[in-house]
Amino acid sequence: MAVIGVSGHSLRIDRIECGGHGVCAELLPELIELDEWGYPILRDTHVTAELLGHARRAVAACPVLAMRLDRVVRQKSGRT
Amino acid sequence: MTGIVQLAASGPSPLWYATRAGGTVALLLLTATVALGIAVGGRYEPRRGARFEIGALHRNLSVLTLVFLALHIVTAIADTFVNLGWLVAVVPFAASYRTFWLGLGTVAFDLMLAVAATSAVRLRLGQRRWKAVHWLGYAAWPVALFHAAGTGTDTRLSVQLALYAGCVAVVVAAVWWRLYRAGPGRLAARLWAGVAAAVVPVVLAMFLNWGPTQSGWAQRADGTGSASATSAASTFDNGRSVA
Repeated sequence: MAVIGVSGHSLRIDRIECGGHGVCAELLPELIELDEWGYPILRDTHVTAELLGHARRAVAACPVLAMRLDRVVRQKSGRT
Repeated sequence: MTGIVQLAASGPSPLWYATRAGGTVALLLLTATVALGIAVGGRYEPRRGARFEIGALHRNLSVLTLVFLALHIVTAIADTFVNLGWLVAVVPFAASYRTFWLGLGTVAFDLMLAVAATSAVRLRLGQRRWKAVHWLGYAAWPVALFHAAGTGTDTRLSVQLALYAGCVAVVVAAVWWRLYRAGPGRLAARLWAGVAAAVVPVVLAMFLNWGPTQSGWAQRADGTGSASATSAASTFDNGRSVA
């Protein structure tokens, strides 16, 4: 459970750019699996601190740069 | 050490051998890099190992190519067998020695530097701009090949010719495999790529037969040879040699 107020990272896949190379699922199987046509399914967009290095590597290894890792800052208060 | 000194005194220095060996290894590594890059583009799935390893190998061999190119260039300039300035490394056609053929090597090196620099900042650059520059890699390979064939002291060796043939075979096979795997779109582009890949070995064979494998190429390649050689060289040299 991530502590609210701590910045984290979220993973996004550009479905138009994605070519189904499958490299991301090899490098980040904790968060990504492949559908039957070889395209990625994101189990969770939230990237934990332990997985951050692996996620960065997966993003960099994508042959068409179809993944993005964004920093998200969560508000401490309950207001949204 | 004394052996090296004796070798240096008797003929071409060890640097001259190092530059030739470095250039040959760089060409082999560049060929492997290009073939692996094509494999990534064509979504090659190795039976053993993972797909990300193909991309990683492509990147690592490209870095190794630059390392051997650095060795090739530094030893060529440091050696006194031919008189080359440091500018020759990046400014094409600035050398007095085999101006055109050495210049091709500089062009290939500049193209590879552009590809390497943009790949280093690929995530910041974005896919489209990175890819536009990355295509220059396809141009660098044949330019480097003709630099090797035209400048190479070893081009007349049958082993060296076999290496060139192997390099051409690998890249042509990779391109045709890639085109075979491609979808139905962009027919004109695929036809051009297929024809271009087929033309390279033909032109190389014709060039080798016309120039480097004939006697007297050393004079003709410099572009300062006899009148008969000048006319032939000038067609490749944009009239540079006709003074």
